[in-house]
Amino acid sequence: MATIEEYIPIVGQAVVDDLRLLATRLQGKSILNVNSTSVGGGVAEILTRMLPLLQEIGVSARWDVIKGGNQFFEVTKKFHNALHGRPTEITAKDFDVFIETGRANIAEMQIDADAVFIHDPQPIALIQKKKDNNWIWRCHIDVSNPNREVWDFLRGFISQYDAAIFSAPQFSQELSIRQFLISPSIDPLSDKNRELPESTIDKVLEKYGIERDKPIITQISRFDRLKDPIGVIEAYKKVKRYHDCQLILAGGGASDDPEGIQVLEEVRNRAADDKDIHILLLPHNDIEVNALQRASDIILQKSLKEGFGLTVAEALWKGKPVVASNVGGIPLQITHKYSGLLCYSVDGAAFAIKQLLNSPEYARKLGENGREHIKNNYLLTRHIRDYLLLYLSLIHQQDIVYL
Amino acid sequence: MNSFATAREPFRFYTRMQLAELTGLKASNLEELLYYIKQVPTSSIYQHTHRYLQQHQYVSPEPPNDFAYWVSETLKESELAEELASIDTIQYPTLRSLREKIILTIENHLSLHPKLRQKNAPDGHDFYFVKSVNFILPTNYVATNLHEFTELLKKITLDSIYFHIFEARLRLEKGTNDFSRWIETSVGDKELADRIAQLDPYTHTLEHLRGTIIKRITYSTVKV
Repeated sequence: MATIEEYIPIVGQAVVDDLRLLATRLQGKSILNVNSTSVGGGVAEILTRMLPLLQEIGVSARWDVIKGGNQFFEVTKKFHNALHGRPTEITAKDFDVFIETGRANIAEMQIDADAVFIHDPQPIALIQKKKDNNWIWRCHIDVSNPNREVWDFLRGFISQYDAAIFSAPQFSQELSIRQFLISPSIDPLSDKNRELPESTIDKVLEKYGIERDKPIITQISRFDRLKDPIGVIEAYKKVKRYHDCQLILAGGGASDDPEGIQVLEEVRNRAADDKDIHILLLPHNDIEVNALQRASDIILQKSLKEGFGLTVAEALWKGKPVVASNVGGIPLQITHKYSGLLCYSVDGAAFAIKQLLNSPEYARKLGENGREHIKNNYLLTRHIRDYLLLYLSLIHQQDIVYL
Repeated sequence: MNSFATAREPFRFYTRMQLAELTGLKASNLEELLYYIKQVPTSSIYQHTHRYLQQHQYVSPEPPNDFAYWVSETLKESELAEELASIDTIQYPTLRSLREKIILTIENHLSLHPKLRQKNAPDGHDFYFVKSVNFILPTNYVATNLHEFTELLKKITLDSIYFHIFEARLRLEKGTNDFSRWIETSVGDKELADRIAQLDPYTHTLEHLRGTIIKRITYSTVKV
């Protein structure tokens, strides 16, 4: 795991100095993070990398995981879908299962930290252990249009917290507690984002039979209708009439997801026998994703709905011009015509891709601006800083705080 | 001016870090935008007129303020967007006066084009009001003369430059920037202080601003 010193060549000495400075203001305080899994998923990924860095700069930070059986996690999966606004049937028994598991964790877990960060709905009931310490609910989900029944149920817990954190302004809800905007981040030193030698990129392309003889347009995402892979192929076909280019649609395995298998089939049918469309069902391999992004000339993220859309940050960090839908957290990452191009439709995406292929200099500038934007706002060091500031803002409640 | 001459008072660099707090307020048309611009705390006006300076520190050309960007990209009202983008922020010594100017600009435009009042943004593309919570901390960087000052200026974060130039001038209503004040009162070089105060910080990226200030100091010390 990378040390804090290794971030200095990327973000600068002063940014790390600032983190150390903040840590001194939290001396003697302890922070506990609680989520529902120690491996897999974005939250565990971020905490795995963040915790050692927090400890290294002198913050007493820990991470704990709640326990729950299959039944509990089936319910929380339903909650997750419902909070995303998908039609989901929730029964009274589901709420009972949730409350019962919450009760068991309350009885079992020791929570004596000064600040407790609870991630997502699964451990939310732990708030009943609140004493005179600070509790923060960190919501990683797009709750801009939640199922009201589930949201109202959760609201009963949320209102007992001191503050809530959302990843994008449109996810915030009417709440009686303070709400903060903290976006997620990417780790520039992880396998998915670190610099790669050209030979590694070449090997990955060779493995998938992709040549660099024409511009590569890529969308990395699981095969899910919300990522609009069919729309991506439509946009590519519109571009292909004028520019000889190739398309990579690459995403993770879908073996346990019946809908994913169906979507993959539809995508393959739509691509038909076009040899310039590469549909890659990737194993979980961050280096391969990294290599494909780096080999691309343009990155697409034509989602119909998106949480934050960190694949956009990953692409921009690699200096790539990005064409992405104006949904979820994407407009926070792309300022239209300054650090990428936003679109609303297949035609809009095709038009934007053509613009970039016609104007490589403009494309280069957008990529360059995008990289700087990510460097300043969406790297792990900024994320750590925001968590520390959030805790400090609960101790000092003014708009301007002198420390 | 001898850049090694000891200043009367040392200059300690501060750093400023910002956290965005959601207000829960949102506007879907110009009427609502105007209503909330009048209501929100000045820390929200500050956030939406200065965020782009911090978040897009290197982005060139620089995007306009949040109000202008939303009016342009979401409401597609380029005329009003241009008027909002071209508000000369530096002319307004306080956030209250800046707010008044934004209100006046929108009101004037709406009086000429009353139909625009309720032209709605597409679903999900409302304007969300955010306010900034600022944390100000002294750093360990202290300059006792202009030479040290220039060397430290190369090292400090853009947040620190931001604090000494923008935060001091506008949000804390200090009138001038901290660098000019120190150079005038402690170094005793009013000409250099004025030359730095004359810079329009809003037309530079912060990195460019850093370079320009360093150049002006170096030029002034070499000249002598």
